[in-house]
Amino acid sequence: PSVGGAQVNVLEVRGERGLRNTAIVHVSVVFRTPTHLWVLQVSYPEWGLFHTCACVCVCVFPQVHVKMADEAVCVGPAPTSKSYLNMDAIMDAIRQTGAQAVHPGYGFLSENKEFARRLAAEGVTFIGPDTHAIQAMGDKIESKLIAKAARVNTIPGFDGVVKWRRADECRCVCLLGYPVMIKASAGGGGKGMRIAWSDDETREGFRFSSQEAASSFGDDRLLIEKYIDNPRHIEIQVLADKHGNALWLNERECSIQRRNQKVVEEAPSTFLDPATRRAMGEQAVSLAKAVQYSSAGTVEFLVDSKKNFYFLEMNTRLQVEHPITECITGLDLVQQMIRIAKGYKLQHKQEDIPINGWAIESRVYAEDPYKSFGLPSIGRLSQYEEPVRLSGVRVDSGIQEGSDISIYYDPMISKLVAYGASRADALKKMEAALDNYVIRGVTHNIPLLREIIVHPRFVAGDISTNFLPEVYPDGFKGHPLSAGDRRELLAAAAALHIAAQLRSQRFLGEQRVSAAAQERRHWELCLELEKSVHMLAVSHSRGTYTVEVDGEKVEVSGEWNLASALLPLSINGSHKVLQCLTRSPAGDISLQYLGTTFKVRVLSVLAASLSKHMPEKLPEDTSSILRSPMPGTVVGVAVKPGDTVAVGQEICVIEAMKMQNSMTAAKTAKVKSVHCKTGETVGEGDLLVELE
Amino acid sequence: LSTVATAVIGSRLLHNSRWYSISHLSVQDRIEEKRRAALVGGGQKRIDAQHKRGKLTARERIDLLMDPESFVEYDMFVEHRCADFGMEADHNKYPGDSVVTGQGRINGRLAYVFSQDFTVFGGSLSGAHAQKICKIMDQAMMVGAPVIGLNDSGGARIQEGVESLAGYADIFLRNVMASGVVPQISLIMGPCAGGAVYSPALTDFTFMVKDTSYLFITGPDVVKSVTNEDVTQEELGGARTHTAVSGVAHRAFENDVDALLNLRNFFNFLPLSNKDPAPVTECHDPSDRLVPGLDTLVPFESTKAYDMLDIIHGIVDERDFFEIMPNYAKNIVVGFARMNGRTVGIVGNQPKVASGCLDINSSVKGARFVRFCDAFNIPIITFVDVPGFLPGTAQEYGGIIRHGAKLLFAFAEATVPKITVITRKAYGGAYDVMSSKHLRGDVNYAWPSAEVAVMGAKGAVQIIFRGKENQAEAEAEYVETFANPFPAAVRGFVDDIIQPSTTRKRICRDLEVLASKKQTNPWKKHANIPL
Repeated sequence: PSVGGAQVNVLEVRGERGLRNTAIVHVSVVFRTPTHLWVLQVSYPEWGLFHTCACVCVCVFPQVHVKMADEAVCVGPAPTSKSYLNMDAIMDAIRQTGAQAVHPGYGFLSENKEFARRLAAEGVTFIGPDTHAIQAMGDKIESKLIAKAARVNTIPGFDGVVKWRRADECRCVCLLGYPVMIKASAGGGGKGMRIAWSDDETREGFRFSSQEAASSFGDDRLLIEKYIDNPRHIEIQVLADKHGNALWLNERECSIQRRNQKVVEEAPSTFLDPATRRAMGEQAVSLAKAVQYSSAGTVEFLVDSKKNFYFLEMNTRLQVEHPITECITGLDLVQQMIRIAKGYKLQHKQEDIPINGWAIESRVYAEDPYKSFGLPSIGRLSQYEEPVRLSGVRVDSGIQEGSDISIYYDPMISKLVAYGASRADALKKMEAALDNYVIRGVTHNIPLLREIIVHPRFVAGDISTNFLPEVYPDGFKGHPLSAGDRRELLAAAAALHIAAQLRSQRFLGEQRVSAAAQERRHWELCLELEKSVHMLAVSHSRGTYTVEVDGEKVEVSGEWNLASALLPLSINGSHKVLQCLTRSPAGDISLQYLGTTFKVRVLSVLAASLSKHMPEKLPEDTSSILRSPMPGTVVGVAVKPGDTVAVGQEICVIEAMKMQNSMTAAKTAKVKSVHCKTGETVGEGDLLVELE
Repeated sequence: LSTVATAVIGSRLLHNSRWYSISHLSVQDRIEEKRRAALVGGGQKRIDAQHKRGKLTARERIDLLMDPESFVEYDMFVEHRCADFGMEADHNKYPGDSVVTGQGRINGRLAYVFSQDFTVFGGSLSGAHAQKICKIMDQAMMVGAPVIGLNDSGGARIQEGVESLAGYADIFLRNVMASGVVPQISLIMGPCAGGAVYSPALTDFTFMVKDTSYLFITGPDVVKSVTNEDVTQEELGGARTHTAVSGVAHRAFENDVDALLNLRNFFNFLPLSNKDPAPVTECHDPSDRLVPGLDTLVPFESTKAYDMLDIIHGIVDERDFFEIMPNYAKNIVVGFARMNGRTVGIVGNQPKVASGCLDINSSVKGARFVRFCDAFNIPIITFVDVPGFLPGTAQEYGGIIRHGAKLLFAFAEATVPKITVITRKAYGGAYDVMSSKHLRGDVNYAWPSAEVAVMGAKGAVQIIFRGKENQAEAEAEYVETFANPFPAAVRGFVDDIIQPSTTRKRICRDLEVLASKKQTNPWKKHANIPL
């Protein structure tokens, strides 16, 4: 525990009476999610009472949570349907370890009523709400009816299960008018969710949503409702005990999303006034009470620009973004869940729940943010350092250096939480945390996160769920360099290059080295950045590099060396943390600067002048070949050799990280050859189909 | 001085009336004029043509390769001596002829270099051209400094006939004499055909420039007339062919600039001669750095692959690994890196490709690399995950016995520090070959995932328990007995079983200890490696 709020909390827990004598002595922690690590880290070892057990599947065997747990049980091979979703295997693991309680985390079986029922049947405590509540809230249609009855504002729509091609549903769509939202009844987290603006899109949306819903939740029922354009996504954390008491723990603003999945969350929201907050909180509590809810839960609302709010759904589990609520309220939600599961009454009253400071969470994903704000990437974390030394920064992750990010799970690397006295303070800490986060070996979305949190609209709190497509209509392109940025970046690259040059001339114990080269103190360099060329003059003395860029002097110094992953530089006196990702002997340097990775080519003036004679190598013509943009499984191939395809026509569908992605033709042409089969696993860049 | 000069001119006047016409120039002027002529080689038109092909001139290449202002040129005034076919004409004489030679510094360290000048008679090799190369090679061997050849030559100077062939042979002989004395590096930057190819072939490393360099015995036209094969220059002897198919070249670079800058970097790994120790550079990467990622790298199922490069990159200084032949015989990985600043040669089986088995090509690739390291005092670190030699008629008919023996020979005769880490499988004869304790390995480690055995469980059980009913049980028994590092450790065939994350720390410490290792082989004229 490193964030102020949570730390206080743990101290409280230690002195707390109830749990010390609790009988839950064996808690089984299921599933590979950062929450579990948090559970293991904070709660159990601190209390010294629990024997923890983690269930793991074969593929992730030496994972972090296994090390932290006292005992580990293997529940099956990598595909989640055979391991973390395999209820029999998990029940066996529970029996085998004699677990008396199970914390289900989030995702997988955390909201599965059947799982809760089977646990109850064996007398194992499910650390979460009752089966009844999971069932009621897990079904979007039923939950909406209950919400209506509990006088919670709901979105207009068709409150029933929809199967396409039935006349009444078509009519229903027409009555509602476009746009409409198609959702998996059992869904969550944006999976099985599509927006449609026309009949055609509705038809396509149904196909994808039902397939996704079937593969992710084993339930292909869908519902349809009016799509509220440009809304905010704000959710209320509730906590309810088994004695009919319920609290609302303020809101979390989760509007920054891509493809309906949250990217940046904060608590509190800049948008809510105390009255709206109270109204939302009270409706959330009334819903929780209506289903006799116990444990921690989240009631999600869509809020339009006039601060009208509509019930979206209730999540009957711990949310990924729960740490930010912990930060501002000082409550440890996992601890509260365990207390409630044991039947204790809530310790707090509504007026005890504060908003202390501001907390922001960035979801760090193994994704390429330059492709549709994030397409999954895989790989092995060759280097990995979390910025946990910084104050006010908490990192919840389930991985470590050497971990494999595979296609079998969500591509989340960690939840990065920054907590500060004010929003500005929290944002500053988040900036530093992102700059100091070392992730090598997989493509990650830090460039995007780093841009979002400094964007003027975000800083002003002017956001909605359409933030990303509105701010980056042509897709995310990385940090746009200002003239000042450019000078700093060039100066840093030049300093790095010269440092490497100087070192390459220093041989230890070697007699036969001429001293002439080492006496050099001034260099003329030619740097290329984003296709523009700059001439730089560099001089070096006592660890400080003075670089003349475009007529201005930039001084680069700092405590760094060529082996360190982080480059904490002082550039003209201001502190900047850069990262050098690669440095080639031919002068190519990749530098992570303000989150984005920039490629700089540093050459001597001679090498640069001779480079103009080098032949330009033509890149491969990509319009006639279709390559997989990400690693995944081919779930359908719609063409065969000889077929003629039109621009935009679907060629095949790749499923990766539980999302189905339709691959389409870039031009109208005949299919020359097909290189993939349904069910095959493909890697990023693998050839799928060739056109003529 | 002027008296001497006049005397010289005077004596020439008697023999050669041609001198008379320019005798109005002072010697100083003539020197300057010759120098100017030498610097432009074949003239601006040919220089432009060379640039148009995406190639640099011989002198531009040297300028990029050597430290600024360090190059000292030899034999700038040498001219060819051919008098046939009109070659004696004034306009056919170029000061320095078709090669630039000399010595200079690369990051402060001495190197001899010759750079063939394609603008002068297509870089063809005359007797004078060969003589210039021989001169610097002789001196390089005498002072103990590497020789770098920048090859860009159309072949023999046909007008000179046997004199040109003699020139090649003179160079070949020196290549052989210098082998193992000073490192020799060839960078092919244009055509290199016919007999000329044997000089790079005799050197330690041959690098190529993509798309602009070719190496072949005979070009596409001759191939067509002899074997009726249709093949392009690129397919026959381009960089891709030689780095991926034939194994003739050790690596290819994008273009001239990229190649020369990379060569500077590569040069820093090498000692100047066999009398010099492997270089040690300043190192910022802590020698006791733990590599936690390695503890989880080797998969539990012994049939699952992993990338040996992940181990190598994790262990060496700053993940800086200069791989040799990265696209050829990929089932073995070889290359240079540094450990605590000290150059080391790394050999590793690559489980990702053909399970990391040893076959003909990988054995030869590994053997040549090991012998280079041994010749030049570079410690060898071997990572072993080898299921054995590749079976099959293709391998047996190709002589895997003979070729596999090369790798065995190379490891056995090597007297440099040898450190071996068995990461997983070390099966059969391949276990012995891969720098085992029995071949004088100095420090041999096993990771906990190591299995040292004669063969995998399945095969072994079929032999040991032939006819026995419960094969699965027998297999389990075999695995229990052999699929772990203990059988080797109890016999002292591995010195220790180490946690993978501590490997870097251990090796750095061992290298420090072994730096003073002295071991010699029995006196012999030379050994008889099974070629």
